[in-house]
Amino acid sequence: MNTQDLSSSETKSSFAPTLRAMMAHRAVWPLVVLAIILIVNAIVVPSFFSLSINNGRLFGPIVDVFYRGTAPALIAIGMAVVIGTKGIDLSVGSIVAVVGAVIAWRIKAGDPHFVILWLALFVGIACGAWNGFLVAVLDIQPIIATLILMVAGRGIGLLINLIDGGTDPSFTSELLQGLSVGSIGPIPTRLILFAAIFLFLWFLLRRTALGLFVESVGGNPEAAQIAGIPSRLIKFSAYVISGFCTGWAAIILTADVHTSDPVSVALFSELDAILAVVIGGGSLMGGRIYLGMTILGALVIQTMVTSILMSGWPPEYNLIIKAVLVLIILLLQSNNFRGAVMSLFGRRA
Amino acid sequence: MAESSAYRVEMLGVSKTFPGVRALDDVNLQLRPGEVHALLGENGAGKSTLIKVLTGALKRDKGTILLDGKEIEVSSTSEAQELGISTVYQEVNLIPTLSVTKNLTLGRQPRKFGIVDWKATKKLALQRLDRLKLDIDVERPLGSYSVAIQQLIAIARALEDDTSVLVLDEPTASLDAEETALLFQIVRDLKAHGIAIVFITHFIDQVYQIADRISVLRNGRMVGTEAVADLPRLKLISMMIGREIEGIGGRPTASYFKEDSVPVIEAEGLGRSRTIAPFDLTLRAGEVVGLAGLLGSGRTETAKVVLGAIKPDSGTIKLNGKVISRLSPRASLANGIVFCPEDRKAEGLIGELSIRENIMLSLQAKRGWLNRISRAEQEKLAAEMISALAIATPDAEKPVGQLSGGNQQKVILARSLVSQPKALLLDEPTRGIDVGAHAEIVSLIRRLCSEGLALLVASSEFDELVAVSDRVAVLRDRKKVDEISGEQITRENIINSIAHR
Repeated sequence: MNTQDLSSSETKSSFAPTLRAMMAHRAVWPLVVLAIILIVNAIVVPSFFSLSINNGRLFGPIVDVFYRGTAPALIAIGMAVVIGTKGIDLSVGSIVAVVGAVIAWRIKAGDPHFVILWLALFVGIACGAWNGFLVAVLDIQPIIATLILMVAGRGIGLLINLIDGGTDPSFTSELLQGLSVGSIGPIPTRLILFAAIFLFLWFLLRRTALGLFVESVGGNPEAAQIAGIPSRLIKFSAYVISGFCTGWAAIILTADVHTSDPVSVALFSELDAILAVVIGGGSLMGGRIYLGMTILGALVIQTMVTSILMSGWPPEYNLIIKAVLVLIILLLQSNNFRGAVMSLFGRRA
Repeated sequence: MAESSAYRVEMLGVSKTFPGVRALDDVNLQLRPGEVHALLGENGAGKSTLIKVLTGALKRDKGTILLDGKEIEVSSTSEAQELGISTVYQEVNLIPTLSVTKNLTLGRQPRKFGIVDWKATKKLALQRLDRLKLDIDVERPLGSYSVAIQQLIAIARALEDDTSVLVLDEPTASLDAEETALLFQIVRDLKAHGIAIVFITHFIDQVYQIADRISVLRNGRMVGTEAVADLPRLKLISMMIGREIEGIGGRPTASYFKEDSVPVIEAEGLGRSRTIAPFDLTLRAGEVVGLAGLLGSGRTETAKVVLGAIKPDSGTIKLNGKVISRLSPRASLANGIVFCPEDRKAEGLIGELSIRENIMLSLQAKRGWLNRISRAEQEKLAAEMISALAIATPDAEKPVGQLSGGNQQKVILARSLVSQPKALLLDEPTRGIDVGAHAEIVSLIRRLCSEGLALLVASSEFDELVAVSDRVAVLRDRKKVDEISGEQITRENIINSIAHR
């Protein structure tokens, strides 16, 4: 009976199969939620879509979403690679703190800023290598291994701050601030920087075989090992990639506030990054990397945050609304939940 | 009416279609109380689908199911269980880290004031085991017992007091002869209690040992149901594969290796303590060496030590005449040695990845991560392999986890072959594979050998080793005890060698 009903409705609308194929695509639900947030914004805060050019530079809430979303999205794509190996990196927020402290310290010490830029990246990569060493060489579970640096990192940042007497760690740097808050033409520099890093990472994963290797190690480590893939090296490199991406995020975040603030910089950023990966359809069971979808996930989160701020609601609601929206997206992605809703719908109709 | 109630279960005109595949087409299956009913068919014939329809795990498109003459509608396995239809699946669906007691009672522990009553729980567990006359320590974790005992525990869990239909899906796949005998004893006992038992297996011998009637499925259709006495083996096998076959017995007619060539693999005193005693092994291009032995004799371990998946702690190994100091799967791959594991799911396939990606894995690993194989070349190689090995799939992009067992086996073989190996280590290449594919793989082994590949074949089926091997290394109790070559390779000699040396 039921199947007949279905088939007759199929003949009525010829685009039904296409629609079904679209519904099955993993990008649909995050996009639907993003659209809903934007529509609600259009009604509640019409100014959300306003764009203006000041001093030859593009301004407006939409631009702001991309602008503020850059650093979280960078952290998230690194996280996507780590999660692809069935791992997790809880230490990203702390890596930002350490890198920030190193930047402030070396600027005070008078190093050339160009050198500091590379030093900052090196520190990020070194932190990733530490995590990778614990996970890949010592076989410590990723959640515990990265917890170590998560706990220690902010303390290390504060210690580095103490090197120059614990006085005001704020600084100015034309180069670093230019990368973070500057703009090239009407486009913020950090967006261009992000695009470059994303392309680099995509190339690294998909134009070499690294992506396939990461996914096979995450999907079935035992089988990957027997097939001749260097599992340990692959896992190690995933954490190094995460450190590299987080290093760039740290440069942007630190130069943005032009100070080192190990206690509160990038607080909870590991959770946002994990959420972005999951909203993007990634599974914590590992085995798949969706870089583009992860960016979409980060974008959804940032749009939520900006919208709540603009709506004028007390900021206390921020976290709760964020949690509710994330729950909705995950429910929409759950086959069980969709099935239950559909059957409820079907019975009534 | 009187006639229909002679059956415990009747499945009439059952059909089921999956996207692109007609899995079941108007299938009838009738089970009598107190019979062992063997359900046979090649991989993908529809055995699992039929069972899943019976136990409510899948919804049928058409057809009726009668239980004791009354029409029933089951929409979940728990409903089926309540009606007295229980299933024990091929892979044991229990939790290895929990105790036997907990595994036996999970979800049905007796409670007192809402709290689990452990005393009563243990009693219940012991009762369940008692029905199978199984006397084991129920407080030990399940995983500490052998697969055979775990299988029996799974049956104990499935059996309720009112169970009238028991489905056993390849229960003997990982049991040795003695354990199988123990299982059959229990099956006969259950049969005597009037339970209708469906027995799914690939072992033809076992069917003739235990079954009363046989039903054969092919391509989703029921080919026929016969009493065992009316169905000679040859007829049964031709029913299963749909064509007359010649036996796979006999010896290879030609040899393709040269005695004086540099061996691809030359192991001397290679071993690993507590895993496999030091052994010598030589494998030349164009040669097939069999590894024979009973379950647990160290066949898999021998192959894995040669590969480096188990690190040897004694002896030396030369690959292509070159001493390898740090042996690993990676070093082996670089020297053209690849391994096809017995346990496809755990050690072979990456279930999330597509067939194409799974096939490319070893070749890509060999070339290194920087030297990516282009998409076009990947597609070409995958398509070649899919047609060469007759892998049944609509396209190469399907996740490999969705293929049937035999096809998954072929994907792993394809992965090895694509990497252009010099030597192939095959661990139970025909396990869980039906008769037709069995003969296919045996002839494939000889063909690869004639093309100059060296093969090491570990198998528990001695006839298969007799049919393919130039030499057979015999293992017993994790030790190589003998090596037989040429005309000396017969089933009897292998068995003698295991028994007497």
